[in-house]
Amino acid sequence: MKSAVIVFPGSNCDRDLAVAFEAATGAKPTMVWHRDTQLPDDIDLIGVPGGFSYGDYLRSGAMAARSPVMQAVAQAADRGVYVLGICNGFQVLTESGLLPGALLRNAGGHFVCRDVALTVENAQSAFTSRYAAGEAISYPVAHHDGNYFADDATLDRLEGEGRVALRYAESVNGSARNIAGILNDKGNVLGMMPHPERVIEAAHGATDGKRLFDGLVEGLLARA
Amino acid sequence: MKARIFVTLKGGVLDPQGRAIHHALEGLGFDGVNDVRAGKLIELDLADGTSDEDIDAMCRKLLANTVIENYRIEKVA
Repeated sequence: MKSAVIVFPGSNCDRDLAVAFEAATGAKPTMVWHRDTQLPDDIDLIGVPGGFSYGDYLRSGAMAARSPVMQAVAQAADRGVYVLGICNGFQVLTESGLLPGALLRNAGGHFVCRDVALTVENAQSAFTSRYAAGEAISYPVAHHDGNYFADDATLDRLEGEGRVALRYAESVNGSARNIAGILNDKGNVLGMMPHPERVIEAAHGATDGKRLFDGLVEGLLARA
Repeated sequence: MKARIFVTLKGGVLDPQGRAIHHALEGLGFDGVNDVRAGKLIELDLADGTSDEDIDAMCRKLLANTVIENYRIEKVA
């Protein structure tokens, strides 16, 4: 079980995500710098972490999405490698075209940093298999640009195909249809604004995020 | 050759920055401002002979996110 975490200049959740990957897989992930053009061979899981890559210049995630390593991530995703993008990682995945839509400035104009109530909409995905459909959970959010936007046809398609993985159960940032996390059409790429890696051990004060990593790794090992 | 790229949010896309500017103008006593939309101006200094197609590709591939933004190219002599 090999995992990697991408590191951009300005990433700040890369080490937290590495801790979560290591806790779930039992092995340290490879940290891959944004200028690298190759990922480790036989990679199973790639994390695109939160932070402020390239200082959010131009648009959040825009510069990171065009960095050399994202070409390799896109090719890996196309081969079926699992990719988890959290917060700025979600923004990078939409800017890369790996996920549809875009993340706009929060509707209220403010940076939102707190625990939020979420509903697991799709518990069939590789990322959510240890949750129950409709389960109420809580993850922290910390973002300024988390207001998910897509045209109505795209939103209808996402809903119809079960690709809304997580939905906010309260008003957070103005996201279309309260979308907090979406899957790609093959189900191997998940982008989400909330931070499961910040709630994986008792010392964090909550452990709702642990099942995401454990379930994902369990599923990947069963598949191998 | 220089080009100016104007990047603006599409019509239906919420613009909290524009709304905040609008409120600030009202706070300064400027009545009669119906709406404010904020955008970006990006100035490019280009090699002479850069094709319109290339400038357009720069906009589509990086400078604007066409899911949420429109762009307009203005070439400056």
